[in-house]
Amino acid sequence: MFSLTLAGARAALRRRDFSARELTAAYLGAIEALNPKLNAFITVTSELALRQADAADTALARGEAENLTGIPLAIKDLFCTEGVRTTAGGRILAPFVPPYESTVTANLLRDGAVFLGKANLDEFAMGSSNMTSAFGPVTNPWTRPGDASPLVPGGSSGGSAAAVAARLALGATATDTGGSIRQPASFCGIAGIKPTYGRCSRWGIVAFASSLDQAGPVARTVEDCAILLGSMAGHDPKDSTSADRPVPDFAAACQRGVKGLRIGVPREYRSDDMPPEIEALWQQGLAWLREAGAETVDVSLPHTKYGLATYYIVAPAEASSNLARYDGVRFGARTEGADLTEMYESTRAAGFGAEVRRRILIGTYVLSAGYYDAYYLRAQKVRALILRDFTEVFARVDALLTPTAPSAAFAQGERMDDPVKMYLNDVFTVPANMSGIPGLSVPAGLDAQGLPLGLQVLGKPFDEETVFAVGAALERAAGFTALPSLRAGG
Amino acid sequence: MAYVIEGSTGPWEVVIGLEVHAQIISKSKLFSGAATAFGAGPNTQVSFVDAAFPGMLPVINRECVAQAVRTGLGLRAHINLVSRFDRKNYFYPDLPPGYQISQYAHPIVGAGVIEIELADGSTRSIGVTRLHMEQDAGKSLHDQHPAKSYIDLNRAGVALMEIVSEPDLRSPEEAGAYVRKLRSILRYLGTCDGNMEEGSLRADVNVSVRKHGEPYRTRCEVKNVNSIRFVMQAVEAEATRQVAVWESGGTVDQETRLFDSGRGETRPMRSKEDAHDYRYFPDPDLFPLVLDEGWVEDLRRALPELPDEKRARFIREYGLSAYDAGVLVAEQATAAYFEAVARGRDAKQAANWVTGDLFATLNRTGRTIEDSPVAAAALGRMLDLVADGTINGRIAKDVFDAMVESGEAPDAIVEQRGLRQVTDTGAIDAAVAKVVAANPDKVAEYRGGKDKLFGFFVGQVMREMKGKGNPGLVNEAVKRALT
Repeated sequence: MFSLTLAGARAALRRRDFSARELTAAYLGAIEALNPKLNAFITVTSELALRQADAADTALARGEAENLTGIPLAIKDLFCTEGVRTTAGGRILAPFVPPYESTVTANLLRDGAVFLGKANLDEFAMGSSNMTSAFGPVTNPWTRPGDASPLVPGGSSGGSAAAVAARLALGATATDTGGSIRQPASFCGIAGIKPTYGRCSRWGIVAFASSLDQAGPVARTVEDCAILLGSMAGHDPKDSTSADRPVPDFAAACQRGVKGLRIGVPREYRSDDMPPEIEALWQQGLAWLREAGAETVDVSLPHTKYGLATYYIVAPAEASSNLARYDGVRFGARTEGADLTEMYESTRAAGFGAEVRRRILIGTYVLSAGYYDAYYLRAQKVRALILRDFTEVFARVDALLTPTAPSAAFAQGERMDDPVKMYLNDVFTVPANMSGIPGLSVPAGLDAQGLPLGLQVLGKPFDEETVFAVGAALERAAGFTALPSLRAGG
Repeated sequence: MAYVIEGSTGPWEVVIGLEVHAQIISKSKLFSGAATAFGAGPNTQVSFVDAAFPGMLPVINRECVAQAVRTGLGLRAHINLVSRFDRKNYFYPDLPPGYQISQYAHPIVGAGVIEIELADGSTRSIGVTRLHMEQDAGKSLHDQHPAKSYIDLNRAGVALMEIVSEPDLRSPEEAGAYVRKLRSILRYLGTCDGNMEEGSLRADVNVSVRKHGEPYRTRCEVKNVNSIRFVMQAVEAEATRQVAVWESGGTVDQETRLFDSGRGETRPMRSKEDAHDYRYFPDPDLFPLVLDEGWVEDLRRALPELPDEKRARFIREYGLSAYDAGVLVAEQATAAYFEAVARGRDAKQAANWVTGDLFATLNRTGRTIEDSPVAAAALGRMLDLVADGTINGRIAKDVFDAMVESGEAPDAIVEQRGLRQVTDTGAIDAAVAKVVAANPDKVAEYRGGKDKLFGFFVGQVMREMKGKGNPGLVNEAVKRALT
């Protein structure tokens, strides 16, 4: 049962090989067994999941299966779920139970999905290692052979990625502000897509950086991601930035192949300090695509080198404002004080972890009078140039191929002393957020230590179909079958 | 004469600019579906968006945008087809998200103009700098509990227009006339009810003083003044204070002040936002607001006739004085009432009745023109009775008072009370004879050359006839009897 992909399990459910209840119960059992080691879930909603599974069985029995009927998923704990505690990985929201359901999760429920629980994440989605969660770090189910030291799953969607990789869920929702879907997917040896900004509604997702945040799925295969995105996506009048366009058949696009496609290779993504095995895997990926009938061409995205620096101005700026609402007045945790100011200060000092505080401070600084023009305004100008780079390149190529991250998973506790080193994880993923374009990470190989590495496919705005086509072709060629040491049904 | 404050060093000119916050008339708030009705129980009109719950997002209310555009058109202002919303960041419990969404850098409406009318009949054009949309904050109640503050979020997120004037105003009278005229325009447009007591119109008054010919000196902002009278008083109090500061060798500091209407003075605001850096930046939850030019034109075509146009028409069509026309158009309902009375009749007389007896009656009874005790049609009918000689002008006053009292139609009052004008010369001559007979000494004096006594005889005859005599016929009869 655990070896099935989401697509496979869906077919088996429809054939009634097993019931949705059996499938859900099996996954809940796996969570019970492995979550103490992985800490991938903050909250497990067993009873709710079984009720949803029973409803799915009723629908299946009537032959009324929707896209995801009976499919057990993990929900990143950044998505508000009605009646189910939603923490955003932070102490300040630890007691918060939303009275509403986010649009994306409501779409999944509409299509019959079963929610196993809420997946761990970096606090307010700020992090690349899942070390900043107030509910403890998530452990990557992969380990270096002969080395027991726990590795990070990446972040911020570390719980989602670890849960899927360890087979504690068939898929998971995630969000990506600077790489938070793609980097953990790469670190955990699974697939994950950040769709075009506006493809999925942000309504009901705890905001980090509004102009960059975008929801997407992580799953074992590219096709599974396509199936999930098909349910998650769609216009939402409650989100002014949501795109009013139809949702294509993403799953069908996975079968298109890449014959005749032009794949760009951006030279700025090559750096001297990139591990040679990542460079080699990248070349291998290009070779696979050529063998499948695509043409690869060198292209230039000259403003790439400013991407990370400008991202770490724009994202904290928006976050500093978005997180002002966590003041202890109306919901969440409050620490009392002698007067209003003291209550604010103690609530926020006690409620926010170090990384969140750091970003609020950076964001407040770059928006301050006298600094706004030099930082925020300048960063937005560079952002426009980054988008222009992509627009110009996409006039000549259909998609781009790059590595997803500059390294494989690292050990818990590594890079914690230097935030800048941690931020460098996002160097290849951030440009897609700054420009709004879709990006997919596909597991493509292992490094010398036996840890998974991903390749990233970038596409034109709202052309996820081509991204899926290229990703699926890579996946077929790579034949990535390696499995993590910690997994259900192992 | 230009308004000045006389100081010990000579006259000072006053420079005033106004920022008026006008609550937009709309069923729901600027970015949420919550209702906006005044007077609802605390926190009963609050959505999760207004309370800034996690993951909630603003969605612009199209009707509020239309209202802002209508207002801009009514102020003969430039409509910016692309505008943008910024966040103004500060912490306060009545501001749930920690920021106010406001059009700081790119307002929806640019430069416009308001014509103000002054008591001496002159008019002045006052520049409008801009109009932008923004959210209102909630209300903090500090007097409900000894140690706690209560928050009512009903008002949080309600749509406001901030209308900023140029520093073109030069006296309390002009400041008052500006607010009065702006309120009139807003009410004509139906974009703001202009109710200052309920807070749907509030003014921040920027005041500075200077010697004639000087550049501007430092200004102070007097916040949240909530009546026209207080606007005028605040200008005077603040200008007087500043003159005293300058003349005593001090310096006026740029600051925010409050007007204490009880003491008639301004004082520094105990600020919830001491020297704040609002960290404005474009709200990333909202794309720029782009208006369709055709949609704006549709709104323009659908605008009602506005006070200035109506005033010009009243002068042109009805031959009214500029002053009377100005008084009659200030409120749309008054203008409509006047037109209903004046149409097909003597317009000047109609204007006199409306601005005279009717206004006095409304004042005395505390009623508005909408629920006037005398309907326009009834007043018109009464004027017809005067015009066709059924009653004379003096009796008309009595008939009008009777209409106010009883609510009955003028014809019925005239008939029941026998107020019909007497044109029967026999009856008139009889009354004249009686008066002449009763006043032989006065008759002798008149005949001896004391012409002034003529009025006395007419008055006595009218009294004898209980006021109902036809004035022309009475005059003639008196003249005949005395010569």
